[in-house]
Amino acid sequence: MPGPGRPRTGAKPKSIRKTLSRIMGYIFRQKTRFILIILFVFIGSCANVAGTYFIKPLINGCIVPLIGKPVTAQALLPFLKMILLMGGIYLIGVLATFLYTQLMIKVANGTLNAVRTDLFNRLQDLPISYFDTHTHGELMSRFTSDVDTLREAISMGVTQLLSSAITVVGTFVIMLVLSPILTVLIVLMLVVMMLIIKKIGGNSAAYFKKQQKAIGAANGYIEELIEGQKVVKVFSHEDEVKKEFGVLNNNLRQAATNANFYANVLMPIMGNLTYVNYAMTATAGAALVITGRMDIGSIASFLQYTRTFSQPITQISQQFNVILAALAGAERIFEVIDAEPETDEGYVTLVNAKTDADGSLTETSERTGLWAWKHPHGDGTTTYTQLNGDVRFNDVTFSYDDKKTVLHDVSLYAKPGQEIAFVGSTGAGKTTITNLINRFYDVNEGKITYDGINIKKIKKDDLRRSLAMVLQDTHLFTGTVRENIRYGKLDATDEEVIAAAKLANADYFIRHLPQGYDTMLTGDGSNLSQGQRQLLAIARAAVANPPVLILDEATSSIDTRTEALIEKGMDKLMNGRTVFVIAHRLSTVHNADAIMVLENGEIIERGSHGDLIQEHGKYYQLYTGQFELD
Amino acid sequence: MIKQLAPFARKYWWAMVIAPVTILCEVLIEIRIPVLMAAIVDKGIPSRDISYVTRTGGIMVMMALFSLLMGTVSARFSSVASMGFGSEIRAGLFRKVQEYSFSNVDKFSTASLVTRLTTDVSNVQMAFMMLIRIAVRAPIMLVGATVMAYYINSRLVTIFLVAIPVLALMLFTIGITTFPKFQAMLRKYDAMNASVQENLISIRVVKAFVRSAHEKKKFKNANDDLMAASIKAERILQLNMPVMLLTMYSCIVAIMWFGGNMIIVGGMKTGELIGFISYVTQILIQLMLLSMVFIQVIISRASASRIVEVLNEKIDITDDGAKEETKVRDGSVRFEDVSFRYNRDAQDNILKHINLNIQSGETIGIIGATGSAKSTLVQLIPRLYDVTEGRVLVGGRDVRDYKIKELRDAVSMVLQKNVLFSGTIKENLKWGNENATDDQITEACKAAQAHDFVMSFPDGYDTDLGQGGVNVSGGQKQRLCIARALLKNPKILILDDSTSAVDTATDAKIRAYFRENRKDITTIVIAQRITSVCDSDRIVVMNEGEISAVGTHEELLQTSEIYREVYESQQKGVAD
Repeated sequence: MPGPGRPRTGAKPKSIRKTLSRIMGYIFRQKTRFILIILFVFIGSCANVAGTYFIKPLINGCIVPLIGKPVTAQALLPFLKMILLMGGIYLIGVLATFLYTQLMIKVANGTLNAVRTDLFNRLQDLPISYFDTHTHGELMSRFTSDVDTLREAISMGVTQLLSSAITVVGTFVIMLVLSPILTVLIVLMLVVMMLIIKKIGGNSAAYFKKQQKAIGAANGYIEELIEGQKVVKVFSHEDEVKKEFGVLNNNLRQAATNANFYANVLMPIMGNLTYVNYAMTATAGAALVITGRMDIGSIASFLQYTRTFSQPITQISQQFNVILAALAGAERIFEVIDAEPETDEGYVTLVNAKTDADGSLTETSERTGLWAWKHPHGDGTTTYTQLNGDVRFNDVTFSYDDKKTVLHDVSLYAKPGQEIAFVGSTGAGKTTITNLINRFYDVNEGKITYDGINIKKIKKDDLRRSLAMVLQDTHLFTGTVRENIRYGKLDATDEEVIAAAKLANADYFIRHLPQGYDTMLTGDGSNLSQGQRQLLAIARAAVANPPVLILDEATSSIDTRTEALIEKGMDKLMNGRTVFVIAHRLSTVHNADAIMVLENGEIIERGSHGDLIQEHGKYYQLYTGQFELD
Repeated sequence: MIKQLAPFARKYWWAMVIAPVTILCEVLIEIRIPVLMAAIVDKGIPSRDISYVTRTGGIMVMMALFSLLMGTVSARFSSVASMGFGSEIRAGLFRKVQEYSFSNVDKFSTASLVTRLTTDVSNVQMAFMMLIRIAVRAPIMLVGATVMAYYINSRLVTIFLVAIPVLALMLFTIGITTFPKFQAMLRKYDAMNASVQENLISIRVVKAFVRSAHEKKKFKNANDDLMAASIKAERILQLNMPVMLLTMYSCIVAIMWFGGNMIIVGGMKTGELIGFISYVTQILIQLMLLSMVFIQVIISRASASRIVEVLNEKIDITDDGAKEETKVRDGSVRFEDVSFRYNRDAQDNILKHINLNIQSGETIGIIGATGSAKSTLVQLIPRLYDVTEGRVLVGGRDVRDYKIKELRDAVSMVLQKNVLFSGTIKENLKWGNENATDDQITEACKAAQAHDFVMSFPDGYDTDLGQGGVNVSGGQKQRLCIARALLKNPKILILDDSTSAVDTATDAKIRAYFRENRKDITTIVIAQRITSVCDSDRIVVMNEGEISAVGTHEELLQTSEIYREVYESQQKGVAD
């Protein structure tokens, strides 16, 4: 909700012109509407200015000459005609205002919708590394506070700026016609007003910045402490925390009081200066009338104009902070939209294939269950390689930040259907290996091949389609259980979904949920136990049915007894697939065809469980470490 | 609702008085100005009395300047009052939340509590400011200007008396019809935010399953829904402006016609007519502002009720039953026929008739499947929740006899989902004991096997942890949390699955330290790994809220089938 109390983040935009023209670009997607808006704003403002002008001829031409004369219908006719004309013009003004306010609703909302869409779509295309360096909260605030301030500025600001500009110019012209001398007086006053606005505006900006900082500090503290509320309780730290918050809260109060004072004071200052203006105009005007250089109708119009003249200026100055904040917000939004998306130079694709009579593979549009890599070559030929799940690392070196090497000359191979396990302490590089296979990150040196093809040549989407991951932190989506499993394969039939659930041993508990497969999951599946969520994640991977499976601490949150129960399901899932397993508990990896022990980014031991135990190395230590206290 | 929020305004009552009083002065002066102007036109001009004109003009200028001064003062004090009010509410909410028990916190989600303390407070604060500024100003202006207009011409004022109620009714109707539509829009807005949040949290899943197209489609639906709802709400709200203009213009036209006629027959003067028109503008602008306030207040009503919900929440764990000066004597723990359910309305108990006696200084391991209520059991010891039936005794006395602070100082608990706060490592550790010396800190960290990695950071114990302690790995965080709990020098230490991310060797070292150096502390360890508990004095096997077996590792291997299964599931390959 664009409540005015929403904290405005950030102060000054860096490049006003560029950001503005970009916002205009979005607005111009509804060109016809926007042009109509300009037209109606123009009509509305002109009607306002013109209607007020009628006060002069009405007084001078229709009222004053009739004073003291007998009132006849004949004599009043021109007066009535004039009044009706004035009313007509005002009516056009109201109509135009109605039309542009209604049109603006569509333009403003459409624009915001487009901005949000671009923002979200870009987020989907950004590389994982972007999310490593930007917090969820930070990205969320692009959608919330930044878009909100933009909404305010667009829905109020655009039409207000336009109509104000037109009104000011129109009024100025008519005032000049009415009385150049009085106009000079008003313009002088206006300059004074502008100077005051500028001064207050400058102070206000500085205080708003301070307020922003104070809001950030207080809100940050609130978020952190409420997140950690249970720890506060356990340590009986309530009083200390209250005291610390008291300080931040008081700082915020002071900063907010100052900032809001400057925002508030504008209205009385401008309003009363307008009265000063009004008083001076009345006095000077009267003097002019007395000396015969002006008529009474002109004063009447003029006095009304002094208000129509200064009101838009006050309005604009009040909107100024909002507009600045909106531009700064828009700039941050565009920064995300402009971020470099995940590049993909891959050209090898995954296609359905069938075997011809001569045993060679050809592409087909049918769903054969047989998949092949379609590999177009430079010489115009295309080869098809069957998708098997053979993954090899050749001397792979990798660093997240080009400073600290996370993986060092790692070489390994996984033949189709093999289970490869990674063991090692936190930070040894286990998860990194799997992140390289699905190209969340790209290797710095060396190469990774998939069925003999360098994975850099494979289109990322197709590569990832051929892999399924079950991650340590299970994330489920709002929706039914069925929809969550189907996430692995969007066109899966109900039978396929249930089969996958059965494979993961999830079918039993799902059937015991209140609505079975149609039970709604909310808040990342918080209505399920950790183990149940993990089972759903496994089912989700199962329905995708890929040749390669990556299990990153997939069972770490499940107790070992439950794990033993689902192990059968896991075995079924792993059967016939190449599997990469990362595990904390050594008991879960002993079946692997090969176990890699990682330390500081290097494979220091490799072999089967039996081999490694025999070797009496690190693995042996780790393994027996569990029992050294017996 | 107003009754509950009113006390927060008390501290700044003087500002709340000064602000409207100065506004009153400002308005009273302001509404005199058009009358003076009329005098200039109607008296000064016909009599060609320049000195009268300048004198009256001078008075007008002085009045405007004085009104300006009043306006500035009112701006200052309304800002003091409203920001003070907001700040008091924020502090009140924060204090209240600090008193919340675990079950109070569970009832609201953390995210919703944060929104209530931030966005909702600023909404209410803003509405309050508009109320004391505009809701005071507009009615005074309305009445004052009408009176002044009446004073100029009692017949012409009929136009106001028709126009004002008509406009007020229209604006009111707009406000009323808009409100539910705005609420609908806010719900769509929440839904869209939720979908973005979910997407961001799960971005790896989205990418791993190549579902960005699917996600984009999902977002498009939420986004379009929001747009439709928002257009629906604004359609009516935006009638404000044309309706307002229509009324104002109608008034001006009517005044010109009827007023003009009066002038012609000699019942009114030209200057008075101009003054009259001036009042129309004044009154109607105020009415429009009032309608804006009205909408803002209606919208902030939702926020206010969310705030009041937090304030009204009954705190279920208090010091009320405590006896002064009751000290925790030793680290013994006793569960006497304890049953528990989180929600009293729930049908089934999570814990069922638990009886358990733990000696002071004993080491107890607790093992059981996820959902077997292990965490729930230990959370009853420091009274994070209160039992539903039966009682829990610490040091031989019911936990409800102790002051909460006394009890929790004696019972140190490392939570399963633990947090470090922003600040340095040392600052975080000092949560355990504010006056801890560097030696004590080092010792606790050595015990928790944290000293070595802390020293490996360039700044050692002064290393700054970002919000949520993001700079350290999961295992390191757990070890720091253990050290923090140790610094409290407790009689009872509870580790709720607190070493799950610590590797087995380090885990073993931590336990060895406890066994050798801290025999006096009663230690209760919940773990998944059997190795983490098998050397305990006794092991409790939990199953579906009941104690299924108690005994030493060897005994349980003989007697408990569950324990044996767990053991075997973790032993595969060893016998090979």
